[in-house]
Amino acid sequence: MMRFVLSALLFCLLAAPALAVQPDEILKDPALEARAREVGKDLRCLVCQNQSIDDSDADLARDLRVLVRERIVAGDSNQEVIDYVVSRYGDFVLLNPPFKLKTYALWFGPVAIILFGMFAIFMFFRRRGDGAVESDAARPAGNGLSDAEKEKLAKLMDGDGQ
Amino acid sequence: MKRLFYILPLVGFLVIGVYLGVGLTLDPHKLPNMLEGQPVPAFDLPGLEGRDEKGFSSADLLGDVSLVNVFGSWCVACRIEHPFLMKIKENGWVPIHGIDWREPDRNAGPVWLRRHGDPYTLIGDDPRSIAAIAFGVTGAPETFVVDKQGIVRYKHVGPITEQVWAETLKPLIDHLREQG
Repeated sequence: MMRFVLSALLFCLLAAPALAVQPDEILKDPALEARAREVGKDLRCLVCQNQSIDDSDADLARDLRVLVRERIVAGDSNQEVIDYVVSRYGDFVLLNPPFKLKTYALWFGPVAIILFGMFAIFMFFRRRGDGAVESDAARPAGNGLSDAEKEKLAKLMDGDGQ
Repeated sequence: MKRLFYILPLVGFLVIGVYLGVGLTLDPHKLPNMLEGQPVPAFDLPGLEGRDEKGFSSADLLGDVSLVNVFGSWCVACRIEHPFLMKIKENGWVPIHGIDWREPDRNAGPVWLRRHGDPYTLIGDDPRSIAAIAFGVTGAPETFVVDKQGIVRYKHVGPITEQVWAETLKPLIDHLREQG
């Protein structure tokens, strides 16, 4: 039984990711095909929008995959292919947003929020620390209770407090 | 100073709130028209079976203000706008050229046009999205307004309605014609 479960798990590991790339699209030259995959995984399918063109079954994604391959075969570099598609569809087509003035908020935002949060936590604990020292000093020595409080506590402990 | 510190979370909340609020009003399907102000991309499409012998190429767009309409027989929204395209044709308001996009076979486009009428001046057959991708098309129908110099001036996504024509396309076309 155990052996069966283990081998089933192993077979799961063997499963290749399910790409939408069709056999008739694949280039004969494995090196070029690898480059096409490299480009394709960074390009957004404009129809389904949250998949890359390599993952998408949409017709337009298929035509984009074919276009990527044609351009690579024609001698374009990966960047030239990506630049062409961006020139048609804009930065949105890139699954990885580019690092430029318009996207600084996107890239620096999370870091800024974490820094702000750390600053806020630091200030919170520092102030609480100060406050505790202050109020302790204001209280009489001993366990920090005033005489009236001690009396009340004693009553409660004796069970007469009700 | 102390009061300022208490206001900080509120300020933070407002900043994030405004940010996300603006984000909610953005439509991720609305992409920028990368071609606006750019010359029409170079394309040279074959014509439709038995209709256009010469086909349809970017050179055909020089000389007159025109519309380039991306359609397909499979496209439901295209049927919605089709009667209005016919109206434009009948009144001779502006020449409409068609890019017949991703037809399943060579006959689908001509059959569809025989059934619903043919408002187009020239039509190019684009089964493999060559011109469609060059124009940055993401769906059909999409319509481009091209001026006399062959510069793309506007992209309309979705069906052309009476309202779109009256409020957006017609004023723009009139303006472009005046410019000469």
